[in-house]
Amino acid sequence: MGRSGAPGSVPAVETTQISVRWWWQKRPRGERRLALVMVCPLVGILLGLVAYPLVSALYMSLTDKTIGSPGAYVGLSNFLQLAEDSIFRQTVGNAILYTVVAVMIKAIAGIGLAVALARIGERGATVRALILLPWVIPISITALAWWWMFDPMFSVINRGLRALGVAPSGVPWLGDPFWARVAVILVNVWRGLPFFATVFLAGLLSIPRELYEAAETDGARSLDSFVRITLPLLRPVLSLVLLYSVVMTVADFEIIYILTRGGPLNRTHLFATYAFQVGLEGTVISKGAAISLFIFPVLAIASYFTLRIIRRGEEYA
Amino acid sequence: MRSWKRGIGEAAAWVVVVVAAAFLLFPFLWIGITSLKTNRELYDLSAAPLLIRQGVTLEHFELLLRRTAFLTWLRNSFLVSLSTTVVTLLASVPGAYALVRMSFPGQDTLGLAVFLAYLVPPSLLFVPLAQVVAAFGLMDTLWSLVVTYPTFTVPFSTWLLSGYLKGIPRELEESAMVDGASRLRALLTVVLPVATPGVVTVVLFAFTLSWGHMIYALAFVSRSTWKVLPVGLLTELVRGDVFYWGALMAGALASALPVLALYGVFTRYFVAGLTAGATKF
Repeated sequence: MGRSGAPGSVPAVETTQISVRWWWQKRPRGERRLALVMVCPLVGILLGLVAYPLVSALYMSLTDKTIGSPGAYVGLSNFLQLAEDSIFRQTVGNAILYTVVAVMIKAIAGIGLAVALARIGERGATVRALILLPWVIPISITALAWWWMFDPMFSVINRGLRALGVAPSGVPWLGDPFWARVAVILVNVWRGLPFFATVFLAGLLSIPRELYEAAETDGARSLDSFVRITLPLLRPVLSLVLLYSVVMTVADFEIIYILTRGGPLNRTHLFATYAFQVGLEGTVISKGAAISLFIFPVLAIASYFTLRIIRRGEEYA
Repeated sequence: MRSWKRGIGEAAAWVVVVVAAAFLLFPFLWIGITSLKTNRELYDLSAAPLLIRQGVTLEHFELLLRRTAFLTWLRNSFLVSLSTTVVTLLASVPGAYALVRMSFPGQDTLGLAVFLAYLVPPSLLFVPLAQVVAAFGLMDTLWSLVVTYPTFTVPFSTWLLSGYLKGIPRELEESAMVDGASRLRALLTVVLPVATPGVVTVVLFAFTLSWGHMIYALAFVSRSTWKVLPVGLLTELVRGDVFYWGALMAGALASALPVLALYGVFTRYFVAGLTAGATKF
């Protein structure tokens, strides 16, 4: 942009002079300057606290820095070590399983709940407000309750199951690799379901009723109208929520950290918890940075598709 | 025939909603019951878990207040959340207004950057941010949190506000400016009052997100006197193998109350923010 004012044949020194003068003459005045001042704090936060850390994580991951020692450039050594690290490989598998299963359940159950809520209409207003609580009350607080509900000795869930005659010896919720995965996915679904259901409900309510009435007079059954009308019209909202949720689920931290710390046998570690363990608790901050960077590709792909969907519709922001 | 079918459909809908509500709300009921039940009954496997038969007790709240730093964590949480909310407003209100109503170089890029930053999860940033925080000598201070929490409150707030501001007719402030008001004056006296719902939503979200945030608080603060509520409860109510479940649930209940109160009063702002966050672009 700065070069556009300088012709190619002018010697280097003069080029700089010309572009400096060009910049000076083009410097923003009046409204433009006011606007720049107004976005200053925003730009500062985005550059200093989001963009810079991302770049520095990238650089850090190429060094052998630990907390307390500056470290030196070691190329891809951290990533090569991770490729050999059985816990990291386990973490990748965990992250895929956790994200795919949790997001799928949230989406399907979310649609089901939204359709049910739409059906009962305004009489369900109180329920609608109440079921948002798992999403409103921070997970860092409510996961404590789940921790207690999964207690090996006093789990209220197990006591309920026992009373119903199911699983008389109790389910080893957080002690067994399989059940621990079930437990953390269950809590993630619990946390995310209200969000999915509420957004889908808003989407459902924005579909004109006439469409359904017309379909009904044409003899369509309700399943037909669901597949032919509801799902296609809900698709943009559905895709946006799914993409957003994939990023947030793969980057999950609180549920795992509070309930299992990644155990048993590292079967519930996600990138964030493993990065925390290696980078901060284990002080190998360079390797921690390398681990957390694996969230980035998911973020990049999700952002790309989100932008594509948005640009087909309205503008962002 | 038709109304009979409708009835079945509606009954099925109610069953789905009731089952879902039971699943979604049970943990809150359990927090409440646990925090009020005596230890003797709590750890008695022959007692009915969902009932309180041996009297309600406040012993867990007492333990929380007398033998933990609960009040300190509460104060820290308030300080951090309120300060973060102020920082968020200072960055997002003028930022969103300039993005929507004014023109400046790099405007489109900034709009895109805000949106992308909204998708960046804190767990991607905490390792390098630990570096930044340490470099400024802020480790183990509340400042480390006030400085870093805006990374997740500001992009969302700016984006949400942009949506609100776009919906306000330009003529409103233009007529004020024709009458001689400056741009800033028009923003403060004409636009902001109309945009109040957006600003309220931003305040609620910034406060609630900061109140519950854990990963930065865990990463940057380890001294008990500077812990915030979620971290204090998690790290200091479990001593060795001894769990103070009653006190832990009392702490969870007390920590949830401020957010619960805000939600009770401002329900529709929360819902508006939620649906806008996912659907309004």
